[in-house]
Amino acid sequence: MTHTTQVPHRRPVPDRSGAAPAAQPPARRRPASQQWAAWAFLTPVTLYLVLFYAYPLYRNLDLSLRHYTVRSFVQGDAPFTGLQNYRTVFDDPTFAPALLHTVVFTAVCLAFQYAIGLALAVFFNQHFRLSATLRALFLVPWLLPLIVSASTWSWMLNSESGVVNAALHAVGIDPVNWLTSPSWSLTSVIIANIWIGVPFNLVVLHSGLQSIPHSLYEAAALDGANAWQRFWRITFPLLRPVSAITLLLGLVYTLKVFDIIWIMTKGGPAESSTTFATWSYQLGFGNLLPAFGPGAAVGNLLVVAALVFGLVYVRVQRKQALS
Amino acid sequence: MSRSGKRTWGKTAIGLLLTGTMLFPVYWMLNVSFTRDQDMRKSPPDLFPAHATLAGYRTVLDEQLPYLGTSLAIGLGTVVLTVALSAPAGYALAKLRPRGGGLLGFLLLAAQMIPGIIMAMGFYAIYLQLGLLQSVPGLIVADSTLAVPFAVLIFTAFMSGIPGELLQAAQMDGAGPLRTFRSVVLPMSRNAVVTVSLFAFLWSWSDFVLAGTLVNGGAHEPITLGIYHYIGNNNQEWNAIMATAVVASLPAAVILVLAQRYVAAGVTAGAVKD
Repeated sequence: MTHTTQVPHRRPVPDRSGAAPAAQPPARRRPASQQWAAWAFLTPVTLYLVLFYAYPLYRNLDLSLRHYTVRSFVQGDAPFTGLQNYRTVFDDPTFAPALLHTVVFTAVCLAFQYAIGLALAVFFNQHFRLSATLRALFLVPWLLPLIVSASTWSWMLNSESGVVNAALHAVGIDPVNWLTSPSWSLTSVIIANIWIGVPFNLVVLHSGLQSIPHSLYEAAALDGANAWQRFWRITFPLLRPVSAITLLLGLVYTLKVFDIIWIMTKGGPAESSTTFATWSYQLGFGNLLPAFGPGAAVGNLLVVAALVFGLVYVRVQRKQALS
Repeated sequence: MSRSGKRTWGKTAIGLLLTGTMLFPVYWMLNVSFTRDQDMRKSPPDLFPAHATLAGYRTVLDEQLPYLGTSLAIGLGTVVLTVALSAPAGYALAKLRPRGGGLLGFLLLAAQMIPGIIMAMGFYAIYLQLGLLQSVPGLIVADSTLAVPFAVLIFTAFMSGIPGELLQAAQMDGAGPLRTFRSVVLPMSRNAVVTVSLFAFLWSWSDFVLAGTLVNGGAHEPITLGIYHYIGNNNQEWNAIMATAVVASLPAAVILVLAQRYVAAGVTAGAVKD
């Protein structure tokens, strides 16, 4: 399994281009029997993709193009209304704030996760006692169930009894209504999400650092470069491919963050931490009268955004694999 | 020698400090889980559970065991389904290189990008019609979508590293593709099976969106919903809530201790988390 820890040179992506020509030239002919065998092995997963990815996506698209009520949802005879649900969503007073919150949440989380992750990766790339063990411990926030992290942060940020306000009080700062004040709720969920995302950045960037040849640093040190210069002249530029991959993946996964926000604030108070993800869920499942159509419409906007950045990610990754 | 030794100890100290800061919320969860009810609203809160109580954990034993059992069953079911689907696919993509395999790999990658709530809504609409809402097998199938694309990716990467000569030798001995897969490829891919199983289990164990949408209010709910109901009911027994959270974190802790190298391998192999 060690070969998978090398990023990006031997990044284990599925053999998309049919490349790796040198590996086994005889097999290139692809005899017909092998083709049959291959697709026999692939049939389960192909069926699975169609049934459990394509069909739910299709159902979701269908939901967004019809006028659904609870009754017609069960009976399946909702009238086709075209883009009406999308128009409803665009005209909704929640649209602009939700868009703004989604952008702010994603951008701030990404910036901090990446910066903190990179700083930690550089720090842990030095050799000192316990460095591997401590680095492993950093994975804990990433491995915990999101509901565990979210409820722990909720209690830590509790206005009256939370440890964060107690610490602020100790240094003479007034208590902050982290989760119950509209001006702080978005900040609170951002803090919690940064905490969860740092380990991923740390691990991926750390493995990227290891592929930078040590001799470069030695040569730079001989030329009198200090640690700061070595970081900006060697580490940062050579890490660019890995950084791009990390940020793009982070972008796709931050766009769709739902659990943390929903559990900590439900998007509130007064929609002050509503993003597209929570708004979509709120419309579909959060009210007594579900608005499945508009909910699906918001969700589909999110799918489009995620897929656009996903495609950029694939392009970048493929370009790196070729070079 | 002694100078450089001192320097690395300095770095170890900084490292310990950083790790301690990062893990403070985890410590706090433990601390609160041992706190007595009457100390819960104390200001400032106790930094150590001076009057530690196991009352929170007793509540977990009394109320949360069914949830934990459901989560365990769902996790194991998801592991089996995920490995069964993705190991053959990985073999085909890595070694048999079918026409159209590239497209399939691309679709699997794209599938990982779909937000969880979208999948949840789609599954809800389908399960409602099929009468599969609030069923454990239904949730297992839905949870496996969290892991299958990632698993195919891991298997493909791993099986690409198996020497072609070995497979040809098996073929010479008259083994067909199925036999080769079962007797050569699969035993050699033990590490990949472990990595995939760990992540499939962890993700289904941690899943909240799909469970909240598909089995909410049913007879069998996983532990994530157990915690959520606690919070949702405006429960003030935070020691019980945090004790449940500690118990729900045990699989992650066990995995980190016993299988850390698999985790790191999985994360860097383009790992993904919702």
